Amino acid sequence: MTLARRIIPCLDTDGARVVKGVNFVGLRDAGDPAALAARYNADGADELVVLDIAASRDRRPTFLETIRRVARELAIPLTAGGGIRSLDEARAVIRAGADKITINTAAVNRPALVTELSKEFGAQAVVLAIDAKLDSRCAATPGCAAVDDSARLSPSNTDRQNPQWDVRVRGGRDSAHLEALAWAQRAVELGAGEILLTSVDRDGTQSGFDIALTKAISTAVSVPVIASGGAKSPQHFVEIFSAGAADAALAASIFHDNVQSIRALKQFLASQNIEVRLPC
Amino acid sequence: MIIAVMDYGAGNFPSVARALDKLGAELRIAVWPSDLKIADAIVLPGVGNYAALIRALDERDLRAPLLDAIARGVPFLGICLGLQALYSTSEEAPSLPGLGVFSGTVKSLPTTVKLPHMGWNRLRMQRTSQLLAGLSTSDYFYFAHTFAAAVSSTSNEVVASCNHGTNFAAVLEHKNIFATQFHPEKSGAAGARLLQNFLSLAA
Repeated sequence: MTLARRIIPCLDTDGARVVKGVNFVGLRDAGDPAALAARYNADGADELVVLDIAASRDRRPTFLETIRRVARELAIPLTAGGGIRSLDEARAVIRAGADKITINTAAVNRPALVTELSKEFGAQAVVLAIDAKLDSRCAATPGCAAVDDSARLSPSNTDRQNPQWDVRVRGGRDSAHLEALAWAQRAVELGAGEILLTSVDRDGTQSGFDIALTKAISTAVSVPVIASGGAKSPQHFVEIFSAGAADAALAASIFHDNVQSIRALKQFLASQNIEVRLPC
Repeated sequence: MIIAVMDYGAGNFPSVARALDKLGAELRIAVWPSDLKIADAIVLPGVGNYAALIRALDERDLRAPLLDAIARGVPFLGICLGLQALYSTSEEAPSLPGLGVFSGTVKSLPTTVKLPHMGWNRLRMQRTSQLLAGLSTSDYFYFAHTFAAAVSSTSNEVVASCNHGTNFAAVLEHKNIFATQFHPEKSGAAGARLLQNFLSLAA
């Protein structure tokens, strides 16, 4: 009797429509979040994440309506986020039907938001998203950078032993000048109940999850870690659960585009002795 | 039959109401004491903060009518915090007394494992249960909690346990009182079966 590893499809939306991996031929209603949600719910997804990647204020009512439509299709937990900056915005997302909220840039800008959300909704409802990119100073220098005590990136970390990851914001474009592992630990202290960890280096490459990054964070924090970025083959999922120590794995386009069915993926994981909840 | 689903503001009332609605139940939002007096069955959903739940029950004077309904034999289903609230106290908020339907203190799961206990887990059946009719040790249910009630030789109300660092109470059943530490409204087909069982028991 152990906790099953979770498979989590993610819907990146512009508020109303899924905007990633929707141009494949032969996939009906590929752009409708509610239709995809219904499919994943039936196919054995363990949770669903819906993000508003546009996150513009005037489209907020549209995204809330999308959450309501998606939630109606699900008998599994729903996490929603994108542009949540305040308790009120989080409350609206929860009241629309999300079980958890995910925050990223807003938490970097104002870490106290993590605590406010955790006190209001409970730690289990607060998912801190971290977009992490291998520190380029590390990439250029083989073997570098142990983790600092503070979450601030040390300017002189290039001669240390272990890789170090830079927290990125605004879609991975800008550095938050935070070290990812220290930021993850700090966020847990502040009240985050889960970490959604995306590798900026792997995202979109379909070359496999970032095992070193995920293992470093997952073994250093006391809360579950969801690995994201780079998934394609079933073997990638085996690796991230075994070598990467991930508690859950998230992917988007491979599920939307029918490259990988969730049902077949879970059957494969079970055959590799990874505990998963098999759909009936 | 009127199912009163208690909405105290901070819980996940919409999810639970939606799941019951799909099963064809006639629901009424229970916000005030009078709502509980006419209910044929009562559901107390809960997620998040124990103190928020207990305070909300007391601020709205729901404690006495709820205990009265339970004592009258009205079928009751507590979910997550709705299970924990049935005990005397919780470590999460020691100064706020629970409903005290069962004796014992709700405690944190051990920090030797990742917390919250988040995700899908299976049950260990302690004894036969009407609420778990048709369900087995191969079914998974969705948990999202850090605190839990212990399983002991005296806790006769526990019909199924689960393990995350330690054994804890996953399903309670005693006369008309039912409760789950997991979220049946988020537990796929297995959760729907459990809710259907409750509706059948309440009918």
